[in-house]
Amino acid sequence: MKRTILPVLASAAFAMVATAATAGTLDDIKAKGHVQCGVSQGVPGFSNPDDKGNWAGLDVDFCRAVAAAVFGNGDAIKFTPLSAKERFTALQSGEIDILSRNTTWTMTRDTTLGLNFPGVTYYDGQGFMVRKSLGIASALELSGASVCTQTGTTTELNVADYFRAKNMQYEIVAFEKADEVVQAYDAGRCDVFTTDASGLYAHRLKMTNPDEHIVLPEIISKEPLGPAVRDDDVAWFKVVRWVYFALLNAEELGVTQANAEEMKGAESPNIKRLLGTEGEFGPSVGLDKDWALNVIKAVGNYGEIFNRNVGPDTPLGISRGLNALWTDGGIQYAPPVR
Amino acid sequence: MAIQETARTPDKASVLNDPKVRGWIYQIVVVALIVWFGWEIITNTAENLKARNIAGGFGFLNINAGFGITQSLITYSELSSYGRALVVGLLNTLLVAGLGVFFATIFGFLIGVARLSNNWLISRIATVYVEVLRNIPLLLQIFFWYFAVLRAVPNPRDSIALPGDVFLNNRGLFTPRVIFEEGSGLIGWSVLAAIVVWIGIYFWARRRQEATGQQFPVFLSGLGLLIVLPILAWLVTGMPLSLETPELRGFNFVGGTRIIPEFVGLLLALSAYTAAFIAEIVRAGIMAVSHGQTEAAHALGLRNGPTLRLVIIPQALRVIIPPLTSQYLNLTKNSSLAVAIAYPDLVSVGGTVLNQTGQAVEVIGIWMAVYLSISVLTSMFMNWYNSHIALVER
Ligand SMILES: N[C@@H](CCC(=O)N[C@@H](CS)C(=O)NCC(=O)O)C(=O)O
Repeated sequence: MKRTILPVLASAAFAMVATAATAGTLDDIKAKGHVQCGVSQGVPGFSNPDDKGNWAGLDVDFCRAVAAAVFGNGDAIKFTPLSAKERFTALQSGEIDILSRNTTWTMTRDTTLGLNFPGVTYYDGQGFMVRKSLGIASALELSGASVCTQTGTTTELNVADYFRAKNMQYEIVAFEKADEVVQAYDAGRCDVFTTDASGLYAHRLKMTNPDEHIVLPEIISKEPLGPAVRDDDVAWFKVVRWVYFALLNAEELGVTQANAEEMKGAESPNIKRLLGTEGEFGPSVGLDKDWALNVIKAVGNYGEIFNRNVGPDTPLGISRGLNALWTDGGIQYAPPVR
Repeated sequence: MAIQETARTPDKASVLNDPKVRGWIYQIVVVALIVWFGWEIITNTAENLKARNIAGGFGFLNINAGFGITQSLITYSELSSYGRALVVGLLNTLLVAGLGVFFATIFGFLIGVARLSNNWLISRIATVYVEVLRNIPLLLQIFFWYFAVLRAVPNPRDSIALPGDVFLNNRGLFTPRVIFEEGSGLIGWSVLAAIVVWIGIYFWARRRQEATGQQFPVFLSGLGLLIVLPILAWLVTGMPLSLETPELRGFNFVGGTRIIPEFVGLLLALSAYTAAFIAEIVRAGIMAVSHGQTEAAHALGLRNGPTLRLVIIPQALRVIIPPLTSQYLNLTKNSSLAVAIAYPDLVSVGGTVLNQTGQAVEVIGIWMAVYLSISVLTSMFMNWYNSHIALVER
């Protein structure tokens, strides 16, 4: 027995010594044939499985865009649903290639967790939801309230800051899963449900009577939400970042899912460079020349993604606001492809 | 004989062939390998973390936590450190586990004895209880109790008012709180004195019974002391106690003492679930005592109650204690499901700390060390208790 155990132990130990340095994430992804994308466990409009089990939403479409850029196919993708608490560990450990799960870009996360944030796909802020029947019009009337939220979020910290700064009492009830937060709030455990404003609109759809709840006007924080990748692979970071910029540039240049093919023949050099008929932009990040064309054919431009998932005509009914292009009074702005 | 001995001695040439020496060498090699293996894991992890720009070390324990916690046995605010937040979580774990063990033991014994009852209805009810509770996953039971409790009680404005300024609503159970004013120290001492005297009476009564056979009402007299002495002290010191009653202000009740629904839900679920297992252990323990013991006790003139208490249970305990210990350990570890219903136990608070700081390895290390220590301490205590009550063969 001893004779067999010892070599096994020794070789296991050697295996651990060889550090986990991989080739590049992009090469790994190409080799395995799909992008592994970390999403939420269900936030309608952002990442939510439909009744057939297909994931849909703004965060999901962003991942599909990345998959389309790499493989020319927005379905070359697998999803890993993650709670707020699990998400960073999943990314750090390499279980997922990209985290696209209403995640706020903060300095701590950017500098100490080994993460990089390629861009902001949704500018948000934290809000409060209460029952209409309470007759409350402002967050300043919330002193003494019980507040339900999810653990492992920026939300938890913002509430603490806000109530302390305003010298108001509160009680925080923090659950691990979003579904339990909603259930507990729905059951009356809390007066207030707080998270990113977009999340409030999304989760309101899950309540017994969505019409009985209102979102208060105060927005108490900045929540720039976007994808995250590991920070030991700059090449992959650039891929994700330029997919995001391609989505914005496409909207700005009027390239849509419907007209992308024919826009290839357009006069504008900007469009030509974006769609790969001019220059070597795709190959400069390790992708094909028509990377952006594939992205837009798969999911449309940023505006189309927004409107399809969370826009005014969806149950969430969110207007573009800050998320409009800079040319329309918003702050979504992308450097040029050139 | 002589031939054998001469044949053996020259063989002893190599030390390496001595089984004792070889045994030692093997053990030393194995220990060295384990140590080296552990060392590699630690240094390798540290290196990988560094390569991925993930901060490490325990320095974060002194940084401001910045988040609130619903239930805390020590003073805690958002300005306290992460370290203190973890202590708050640990105390909450110990509280719910300690009370859970207490209630699970009581219910478990009652149900276990009930299952053996000659009364058909009682034994059937106990059987159904055990089978149902044992066979539903604990997490579901926790959700059931939590949401059942929540949905069954009204919101604060329609609170159920119980006698004595006690209020019940979906924010918890609110009771008046005793405030100790100046000069109330004597009351505390009087409680202590009553307990010491009670213990004294216990030993005195036992010795007297052994000597003379006369019994003394130890429990009643002790209880009497525990009530009378503090009241006397309270009167003598000029009644320095006052009550702070909870009252509805704004969203919720303010003042008094509060028990949060998360705690109640978790405690109910843990005790009810573990009680089912303990009941089976108790039943097995009692059945392990031969029926002859009961008959012998009856022959000596003991009634059913004393037979159970003085003859059967003490012998059954020998069989009961070891598996009971593992139920206690299970209950403690199961309490980590608390996070599902927002009870701020060690895992829940630790999870928040982990997430805010990103120090996964350190926080998980703390979790493992704490649960391991609690379990080892519980086992040590139960083993000591077991050897203490072990049957001394005469
Ligand atoms: N933006 C926040 C996270 C917001 C968040 O996780 N919100 C909850 C709202 S309850 C959520 O959407 N959870 C979905 C899930 O856990 O699946 C952060 O990055 O910390």
